[in-house]
Amino acid sequence: MEPILTLKGLQKRFGDFEALKGVDLEIERGEIFALLGPNGAGKTTLISIVCGITRPSDGDVKVSGFDIADDYRESRSIIGLVPQELPVEAFETVWDTVSFSRGLFGKSKNPQHIEKVLKSLSLWEKKDARIIDLSGGMKRRVLIAKALSHEPELLFLDEPTAGVDVELRQDMWNVVRELREAGVTIVLTTHYIEEAEEMADRVGVINHGEIILVRDKDVLMKELGRKQLFIHLQTPLETLPEGFADFDLELVDDGAELCYTYDTRGERTGITRLLSELQAAGIAYNDLRTRQSSLEDIFVDLVRSDA
Amino acid sequence: MNLHAVKAIYGYEMARMRRTLVQSVVAPVLTTSLYFIVFGAAIGSRISEIDGIDYGAFIVPGLIMLAILTESLSNSSFAIYFPRFTGTVFELLSAPVAWYEAVLGYVGAAATKSVIIGSIILITSNLFVDVRVEHPVLMLAFLVMTAVSFSLFGFILGVWADTWEKLSIVPALVITPLTFLGGSFYSISMLPPLFQTLSLFNPVVYLISGFRWSFYENSDVPVMISLAMTVGFLVLCLAIVRWIFVTGYRLRN
Repeated sequence: MEPILTLKGLQKRFGDFEALKGVDLEIERGEIFALLGPNGAGKTTLISIVCGITRPSDGDVKVSGFDIADDYRESRSIIGLVPQELPVEAFETVWDTVSFSRGLFGKSKNPQHIEKVLKSLSLWEKKDARIIDLSGGMKRRVLIAKALSHEPELLFLDEPTAGVDVELRQDMWNVVRELREAGVTIVLTTHYIEEAEEMADRVGVINHGEIILVRDKDVLMKELGRKQLFIHLQTPLETLPEGFADFDLELVDDGAELCYTYDTRGERTGITRLLSELQAAGIAYNDLRTRQSSLEDIFVDLVRSDA
Repeated sequence: MNLHAVKAIYGYEMARMRRTLVQSVVAPVLTTSLYFIVFGAAIGSRISEIDGIDYGAFIVPGLIMLAILTESLSNSSFAIYFPRFTGTVFELLSAPVAWYEAVLGYVGAAATKSVIIGSIILITSNLFVDVRVEHPVLMLAFLVMTAVSFSLFGFILGVWADTWEKLSIVPALVITPLTFLGGSFYSISMLPPLFQTLSLFNPVVYLISGFRWSFYENSDVPVMISLAMTVGFLVLCLAIVRWIFVTGYRLRN
């Protein structure tokens, strides 16, 4: 099946600064793609170009096969955008501003759809409220409702949960799940990497205007994720015991624990041999626990190694 | 053509007018009525007629033009500047909307408001003086073309301005003086020869003169020249607005 979004050699320069350095990326239909990167990495620039807000310096962008410049009507009509900031029409009512967005994107009036969107975002009670009277979290919901008003096939969520409370965040992710079930493709950027870990099918990492990695999330976790075995010692050690140089060992918690990092993909993890040799060396232990590195650990490692 | 978008923008702008009815309609009508009282009643008592037209009736086209120019300019400049200022313009830029559809929506609404205000002033004027319109079709054409031209001009201003000060500087320092010196309250034939010549470099003279001709068949410059100048100004503004959208000047990065 044709990807819903294809970027080829996408470049953006602001004077001498290269915000995007020839980005190649494909987003598959129906997936949730998490685009991760530190501040200033180029995430928002990339999204802005696809949505038509910023012009690319070079490269091709196709949305569902439509070129964003030549076929801008077709490409833009299937995109929804929830921006990072909170730009809202302060004096409009929730109902009016969401209905306005639907019209702007070329769709005829559909009060049933607007009602459904508002209800799914717990905005129905506020439909006649002026936006200026809403809290920051409710304004964020309004922006999502506006983006969903024209039934987009591809939805960009640029830091959608920045500055919102836990309840709202849960509501939003429930909506995202429903949208995915309805076949909507979602590209999200977030600072809450645990959300990407929970929600995303694939993960892309962008840094200094370059995509440094695109991987299926589960594969990424397996490939780059480390697993660590913590061995709680009966008697704390001051230094690492001799004869254990073959093992990736370190002393933690003031010598109370040995931390062994191992490769989950290897044929042998070395755990059995390590425990046998510890026993042989007379190092007694009374507890064992393991820890899998998170997407956040992987992200930090990737960005650091790319710095 | 994305008619839904045109309708949405137009409806949104007209709703803003309804929300701010006092500011949008009552204020300009009151201001114009005050002009009418001051210039028509106070000064008019000392100038009984100009070219055979009662002074009170003579200034009516100028007063309507004054309102049309200022209202068109302020409505359309605010309509595009405010979304730029608040950031909501991202939605217009990311929507499947062609430049001419955006113009139809924004400029159409601004021009509509101006024409409504102009019409109200014309009706109000009849309460004070006897106003006759010799060429109603031409009068309407001048009214609509001027409203559209200055709404386009206001749109350009709203895109160009990056501060509130800049937004108000052109109407205050350029348009208002040109309108007052453009024959709103007098015939330029009443000026000394040097100032008559200088006045011909003021584009507003042509607008007011042509508009007045449609009322009383009395003008400072030939009506066809006025018509040509109005059309020329409209086409120029339209070309600049198209260029703004095509290049993304101050709209897109």
